[in-house]
Amino acid sequence: MKIVKIIVFLFVSILSVTSCSNNESNKDEAVIYQCPMKCEGEKTFDISGSCSVCKMDLKPVKSTENTLNTEISDSSIFNLTTKWNTEEGVTIQLKELKGKTLVMVMIYTTCKVACPRLVSDMRSIEKQVFKRNLDDVLFVLVSIDPETDTPKRLKEFAIENYMDGEQWTFLQGTVSSVREFANVLAVKYKEISPIDFSHSNIISVFDKNGELVHQQEGLGVDNKETVSKIIETSRK
Amino acid sequence: MNIILKLLICVILFGGTGANGQSEMASIKGGVYIPLYGRDSLQVSIADFEMDVYPVTNQYYLEFVKNYPKWRRSKVISLFADKSYLIKWASDATLGEEQALNAPVTNVSWFAANAYCECQGKRLPTVDEWEYVAMANETQADARQIKTYNEYILSWYEKPKTFNNTIGSTFKNYWKVYDLHGLVWEWTSDFNSVLISGESRKDVDNDSNLFCGSAAVGATDLMNYAAFMRYAVRGSLKAKYTMRNLGFRCVK
Repeated sequence: MKIVKIIVFLFVSILSVTSCSNNESNKDEAVIYQCPMKCEGEKTFDISGSCSVCKMDLKPVKSTENTLNTEISDSSIFNLTTKWNTEEGVTIQLKELKGKTLVMVMIYTTCKVACPRLVSDMRSIEKQVFKRNLDDVLFVLVSIDPETDTPKRLKEFAIENYMDGEQWTFLQGTVSSVREFANVLAVKYKEISPIDFSHSNIISVFDKNGELVHQQEGLGVDNKETVSKIIETSRK
Repeated sequence: MNIILKLLICVILFGGTGANGQSEMASIKGGVYIPLYGRDSLQVSIADFEMDVYPVTNQYYLEFVKNYPKWRRSKVISLFADKSYLIKWASDATLGEEQALNAPVTNVSWFAANAYCECQGKRLPTVDEWEYVAMANETQADARQIKTYNEYILSWYEKPKTFNNTIGSTFKNYWKVYDLHGLVWEWTSDFNSVLISGESRKDVDNDSNLFCGSAAVGATDLMNYAAFMRYAVRGSLKAKYTMRNLGFRCVK
């Protein structure tokens, strides 16, 4: 009986170890194809074939994972591989936001005290940035309550707060991905009751490569520095 | 009989090299207790779980970085660990001269600890879970009122360089778990839920419950100075920080 247990244990442990490493290698092996002349810009294809414009054979390039890793720096948030749902119900990874200046904040929609003020801070920043006609700035609100804040709930919240435009994105993660993301932002939070969280109020600005350039701490503080940082970053 | 022998050898080999990466675990029966910082309802309930008997050792961590090059000292990215990550190791896969294989691994960041546990099919304990198991002494599940228990912990805080000691060198507690006190501090999954850091004075909404000055008053057990120290350390950490006396263990 004991031996059976040992065998089962061995198999399970071997399986669990190999499965974890398999995931890694699969990612590395994923090959994508691209036109050698880049007729369609940076467009890539999952299967080999020929370019629809110049008819040349598509050339295999390194997986997205690898190409992006070489382009982004060590301290970029695009190194996070977790998946997020937007308020439109689309699943994305953070690196898909590459190329835009990101203004990020962590909130939850059932919040009564600080979040409305944080949200109004974000709107005030957005207003000031909007005047400058910057279309490559994205305002991202990440929910710290992934269980309550479903994409549907986030969409409703966006509409209620007049934040449903292109420049706004709301993200729902998982309990662990939110914890990891908060750690990257150095945001602290704690669940007080199922609908109430205590949390730090930090608005973070990231450049186009996902590197942190500025953090504004506190509620209702002067936004001037944050706004000028955003403008400066988006012009780079 | 032959098969049994082969199997035994196999088990010994696996156990000996730690190739399967699984360490011994103890079952913790859930319960209800009042932590240093109560929530609204004060009591926290803990579900049943399993906890590593010992902190993760250099040996196990060595296996991990061999299997996951991403976490080698030369490969780790600055988003996930600061410059002192595994700083005392001689190289990517060799320990420093003074380091023992079965001493707890330290100078690891939260991201690294989190990834290690995930790859074992485990996770880091929550602050509440960790404190729940750590409030036991040798014989009682909750020894926080006992003088010798508190004295032991505080005397450890005064002892230098206990991180060089090997695992199992402190006492086995009520839950058959070793080294929660007396060896190294340990990462918890939600260490960032403690709002007593510097910035929390100005930017946390619920400050009447949880912020620095009032935290001392809000603490449910003023005698528990040792626990207060732990919460203070957690509050001061960032996830990419690594410290000489900060290790971790996993739970399931």
